[in-house]
Amino acid sequence: MVGIVLVAHSAGLAAEAAALARGIAGPGTPVAAAGGTDDGGLGTSVDLIEAALRDVDQGDGVLLIPDLGSSVLTARLLEEDGRVVVADVPFVEGAIAAAVAAGAGAALADVLEAAEEARAYRKL
Amino acid sequence: MEADVFVAWFEAAARMVHDERDRLTRLDAAIGDADHGTNLDRGLTEVRAALDGSPPETPGQVLATAGATLIRRVGGASGPLYGSVFRQMAKSLESPVTLAGFAAAFEDGVVALERLGKAVPGDKTMVDALTPASRALALAVRDGVGVREAFRQAARAAEEGAKATIPMQARKGRASYLGERSVGHEDPGAASAALFMAALASVVA
Repeated sequence: MVGIVLVAHSAGLAAEAAALARGIAGPGTPVAAAGGTDDGGLGTSVDLIEAALRDVDQGDGVLLIPDLGSSVLTARLLEEDGRVVVADVPFVEGAIAAAVAAGAGAALADVLEAAEEARAYRKL
Repeated sequence: MEADVFVAWFEAAARMVHDERDRLTRLDAAIGDADHGTNLDRGLTEVRAALDGSPPETPGQVLATAGATLIRRVGGASGPLYGSVFRQMAKSLESPVTLAGFAAAFEDGVVALERLGKAVPGDKTMVDALTPASRALALAVRDGVGVREAFRQAARAAEEGAKATIPMQARKGRASYLGERSVGHEDPGAASAALFMAALASVVA
């Protein structure tokens, strides 16, 4: 399965978004959280993202979904052509759409496409 | 220029950012999330520790160590941004380092920065300080100016570039969420970029 890493400025935001995505996509879906700095503050940690990457990497590629700012910049530094890809999508909706696609066994390009479709979701 | 000049550059930058930490944080409090001074101070303290721990032998190694440490330890957007500048410089720099070689590597670093942050001059970012500095270095090379004067001109250009961000409306980063309310404040990233260039000028006295 394609792995998903949620990169947020806050550990709580990343963890709860990951729990929500797993809850909807199924408990076996490889979704990991990388939120906040090394010392638990607001920000981004390369070490936490890399650890999360290792956790969810099953050899089928990993989608990184950042919230904003330094999360996006740091995630982009970790991109590997065709293997680790950053999704420019709404954080919550994108995470859920990607997790559902990944849980169904979709390939990395299709998981990315599912996440990108979340950009057009209407709530009303 | 040998490795010791580059080590001295980062030591001076660490001192200056530490001394100016509260000003950077105040600038960031006005239009961002008030962590720029603290983040960069922490990152550069780690850079000093890394350079002290195993002093690199070449300018490229100094830049690569500094870049990697900033990416890992800053925790804010300035980490990957400055980190990319220095990592690209490390790749581009040919030894022995001449002023022309430094200027060319610096220009490559600014291009890498623009590519990662997708910012262009006028967006009210560190690009607005570093692009004029890069241009000043290129002009100094063309005019055959010495290293000391070249770095001084680059520092002045960066300082003027940082001040020129005051009337700008931010189009990148956290400040861009403020729209017109970002006008009237100096960009904290441009301010810290000017400190990096002042630090460079200070080590070639």
